[in-house]
Amino acid sequence: MVRLLAITMLALYAGSFVCYALNLRAPSAWVGRAASFLLAGGIVAQYFTLYERSLALHALPYDDLYGSMSLFAWLLALTYLGLEFFHRERAVGAFVTPVLLVWVSAVWLWIPDPVAVPTQIRGPIFAFHVTLNTWAYAAFALSFILSALYVGQNRLLRSRQLSAAFWRLPSLDVLERMSRSSVIIGLVALAVGVTFGLIWQRRLSGAVSLGDPKVVTTLAIAGVYVAYLALSRNATWRGARAAMLCVANFMIVLFSYTFVNLYLTRFHRFL
Amino acid sequence: MATIANSERVDKIRVQLALIGCSHRTAPVELRERIVFSREQALMAADDLRREGILEEAVVLSTCNRSELYGVPSDAIESPASAMEEYFTSFHGIPRRELDGRIYREQGGDAVRHLFRVAAGLDSMLLGEAEILGQLRNAYNQALDHGATGPVLNRVFQGALEVGKRVRSETEVGARPMSVAFAGVKLAERVFGSLKAHSALIVGAGAMAEQVVEHMQSRGVRELRVVNRSIENAAELASRFGGEALPWEALGSALGASDVIVTSVASSAPVLTRAALERALAKRSGKPVFAVDLGVPRNVEVEAAELYNFYLYNIDDLGAIVEQNRRARESEIPRAESIIDEHVRKFEAWRAALEAGSIVSDLRGRFHAQREALIREMVAERSDVSPDERDRISRITEELVERLMAQPSETLRKGPGMRGRMAGLEAIRHLFGLGGDKE
Repeated sequence: MVRLLAITMLALYAGSFVCYALNLRAPSAWVGRAASFLLAGGIVAQYFTLYERSLALHALPYDDLYGSMSLFAWLLALTYLGLEFFHRERAVGAFVTPVLLVWVSAVWLWIPDPVAVPTQIRGPIFAFHVTLNTWAYAAFALSFILSALYVGQNRLLRSRQLSAAFWRLPSLDVLERMSRSSVIIGLVALAVGVTFGLIWQRRLSGAVSLGDPKVVTTLAIAGVYVAYLALSRNATWRGARAAMLCVANFMIVLFSYTFVNLYLTRFHRFL
Repeated sequence: MATIANSERVDKIRVQLALIGCSHRTAPVELRERIVFSREQALMAADDLRREGILEEAVVLSTCNRSELYGVPSDAIESPASAMEEYFTSFHGIPRRELDGRIYREQGGDAVRHLFRVAAGLDSMLLGEAEILGQLRNAYNQALDHGATGPVLNRVFQGALEVGKRVRSETEVGARPMSVAFAGVKLAERVFGSLKAHSALIVGAGAMAEQVVEHMQSRGVRELRVVNRSIENAAELASRFGGEALPWEALGSALGASDVIVTSVASSAPVLTRAALERALAKRSGKPVFAVDLGVPRNVEVEAAELYNFYLYNIDDLGAIVEQNRRARESEIPRAESIIDEHVRKFEAWRAALEAGSIVSDLRGRFHAQREALIREMVAERSDVSPDERDRISRITEELVERLMAQPSETLRKGPGMRGRMAGLEAIRHLFGLGGDKE
């Protein structure tokens, strides 16, 4: 069942990518709508994939690298779809869906799916903590894609070397607004997620410790993204510089998501 | 053979299409301006051509770049294209020799292909321009409402409109700006998205500035200010486009409030210096400014291009973009032509099916007439044949005709290959004398 759902999810994401690409090449209301519907279908299929897998393994989809990465992809797709709807801009889909597709395929093909994980009853606070923090990372990933697009398009505009694709890309203004929205979503999710984490830690050990490398990195991430939001409206930074800062910020997110989780932290490791 | 009525009755048809016309490819503007049909004249011409029995259906397409007559020729006319040409020249009162070599004629599939190419913008002066599709739609709708079209022209013009839409949505032939003014406006949209929430400042009130203003207005720019050394000229331009005219002295303060700046002033020294633009950007809290410098010599100091969040394009930059776009459009022609081929084949298939049905019906009628004549001649007068036997003979010969017709009918309707089928139809017409060839 999980396998069938995963294949359906991949097919829907792939179909969505094809439609977004076609829509970027020759904008068409119908193809654009089809892209969004297929993406929504992929999101639903992935939700049930994660749900079925959780039932089968008696584990939530963040207890291991496989589940965590899948959850990340699902939240990335969900956040993008929300922003697409809010900003009424579909052109970015052609750049987000391939990332999504590669990520989901890589997870499915290369990350070993644990056979059985011992059930750990941690309660809803912990679940919210992990899910919200993963959502924050997904939103930051999206802002990275949007900012990278901004930097690329700004370079094209400045160099006056306008390729065929240039005329199809979203405007700098839309990319900037979408990136800011994405960072705001990420920061809100991170703030609430960290709060839940601290509550859970206090319940568990009776104290709140900020010394864990994961906590330190997470606070640093929050700091650099708050700085991005502030600077993106500042006269000196607004535009390409702020976009480059956002791209650079994501390197810290990647560091936190990989190196810190795998090697530095004691109680934020994947099982 | 029966003629085509201007209705959807298509029972006895020989689908033929004829076109004569004159366009920018064959005639200079001095001649083209003398052969333009106004809306009323186009309808009058369509009426005349049908009343005089030259055409059974007619549409006149007249734009600044072409005047063309499309029609389904009447069978009574020996040479419809010549008759159409005669009418065309006499309508405009132009001696025929003046149009010698200027008028082109097409018929059948070639006429259909020509119309489809026109709809796709491939025959336009500005490759892929969109305006022609609207003009073609108007010409057709007027003729349709006037009752001047019939099944053939309805089919072919609806096909042309579909081709026009498909070519523009499936290829790059109609994409990307092809004029310097429009390229500037489109580039501004690459920075700001929609211009509906943005303001523009036009420095200068010349012809080039006017073109930009026209495009700005069509893209819905929120605020439009015109600054010019002569406030009267600025006011004249601003009033035509719903903008605000400002005196030359207000230029500095207007810079800070403008997202898009277009300059087109005859001046030996730059009118916008780096320092002035730097001050304007500071006032805007770093919000980007897109500037188009159409002046020669340039109106914006070259060093200003280095300013952060200031995008500057001069006339050469825009010219290079237009040239690049023109090449890109040209490279899309084969794709557009393949869409046209597909629709021409569709039209030919429809035409063949219609004509095949008509020929089968003609042939059957002719055979039955022969059968009835034969029965009258050989059987009806004989006293040794009883009425029952006469009925039997009649039924048997009727069945014989139907059986003889079955195979050719099937072959004509479903025979392989369009060209083969069309050739077959011509051969049958010729063999059984079902209709004369035209031109």
